[in-house]
Amino acid sequence: MPRPAELLRFTRAERWVHRCTAVLMVCCLLTAAILYIGPLSVLVGRRALVVWVHVLAGLALPVPMLLGWASAAFRADLRELNRFRPADRDWLRSRGRRAAGLPTGKFNAGQKLYAAFVAGAILVQLGTGVLMRYGQHWPLSLRVGATFVHDWLAAAVLAAVLGHLHFALRDADARLGMRTGRVPAAWASREHPGWAEQPDRPR
Amino acid sequence: MERGTPVGRRVVLGMLGLGTAGVLTGRWLQEREQRLLAVVGSRDPTGLSQLLPAGAGFRFYSVVGRVPERTAAGYRLTVGGLVRRPGAVTLDDLRRLPRLELTRDFQCVTGWRVPEVHWAGVALADLLHHAGVLPAARAVRFKSFDGSYTESLTLEQAQRRDVMVATEMQGRPVSHDHGGPVRLYVAPMYGYKSIKWLDRIEVTDRVVPGYWERVGYDVDAWVGRSNGRDDAPTG
Repeated sequence: MPRPAELLRFTRAERWVHRCTAVLMVCCLLTAAILYIGPLSVLVGRRALVVWVHVLAGLALPVPMLLGWASAAFRADLRELNRFRPADRDWLRSRGRRAAGLPTGKFNAGQKLYAAFVAGAILVQLGTGVLMRYGQHWPLSLRVGATFVHDWLAAAVLAAVLGHLHFALRDADARLGMRTGRVPAAWASREHPGWAEQPDRPR
Repeated sequence: MERGTPVGRRVVLGMLGLGTAGVLTGRWLQEREQRLLAVVGSRDPTGLSQLLPAGAGFRFYSVVGRVPERTAAGYRLTVGGLVRRPGAVTLDDLRRLPRLELTRDFQCVTGWRVPEVHWAGVALADLLHHAGVLPAARAVRFKSFDGSYTESLTLEQAQRRDVMVATEMQGRPVSHDHGGPVRLYVAPMYGYKSIKWLDRIEVTDRVVPGYWERVGYDVDAWVGRSNGRDDAPTG
């Protein structure tokens, strides 16, 4: 059987979860910047509207992933992202963090850590955000604490998302995978050999 | 293939644990951070330390898209409602009233506080006296020339000597972003009472809740005794 020149990396459901989460995350970060950075606050104003968009986007942020649960492919991705194997530890230790010679699976260790960080951050921001917005009757020290965590974690999320975009911008084939669902077989064998060689990989 | 270690789950649970610990201890941590930033910020020529969460300095809140600019020369403050002599006053008219200066911490209801801000202007009480308040008056209503923001005080609150129509801040004319050329400064209350871009003062027979008060903020906004907060008083 001839090897296909392209491999199916992401199904439609996986791509839509990514797309919707990305749009909502950008909404949250942009409105956060407007609420937070003086010159932007002055430029945009409309504080009540910006708060409303920020709260709405934040509450909606986990929804695409919850809906994605209906897709077997998405659930398989979550299992794969969750599990670290010896190859992942070697990948993190390797010089230049390349897959060269390592049986890296569908996701490399960096992608796994990023996914876990974003998932954790969304949950923490959701909890602290709800406490800030709807917690008028909670003790003040908890609301101050929630604001403290929300602000610092937002800065960390921004840094992580910028890193994510940086790596995506450097790799056109990876972007193709997220846009069309298919990636060149050569790219897959180079970056994710453990996944490319997998016999039960869906076509 | 072997299943591997559930590192992802551990990261998520670890973050939830850290987040909870942060919520419980954040207030204490923030006070440490603010003390440190007060030192760093005063020696920071770049102003970058103001971007840090809980950094010192003012944040700029505006409820509309764009606020028209008003020059000092063209500025008029209308005083109307239950007064004997309604009319408009210029900045020069304000300067003819006794000068009042105050240096107080500026406390926002969202938590930030700017220490020792110097304000100058005239006591609102003097301006009201100049206009001649009628016996039926019970409250004062303020409107901003941003077109949306409103505030109000009881007549008793409005006649305190630490409630002023401010024309100078930190030794300079109040800038546009800070609500200039003229804004209100209500020293003992949270920042949202100190309406920016003051356009009109109207003496009324009752308190009409202002912009943020219609979405749930306290009308009597004493620092440390309202909005469920316990900040040190600024009055």
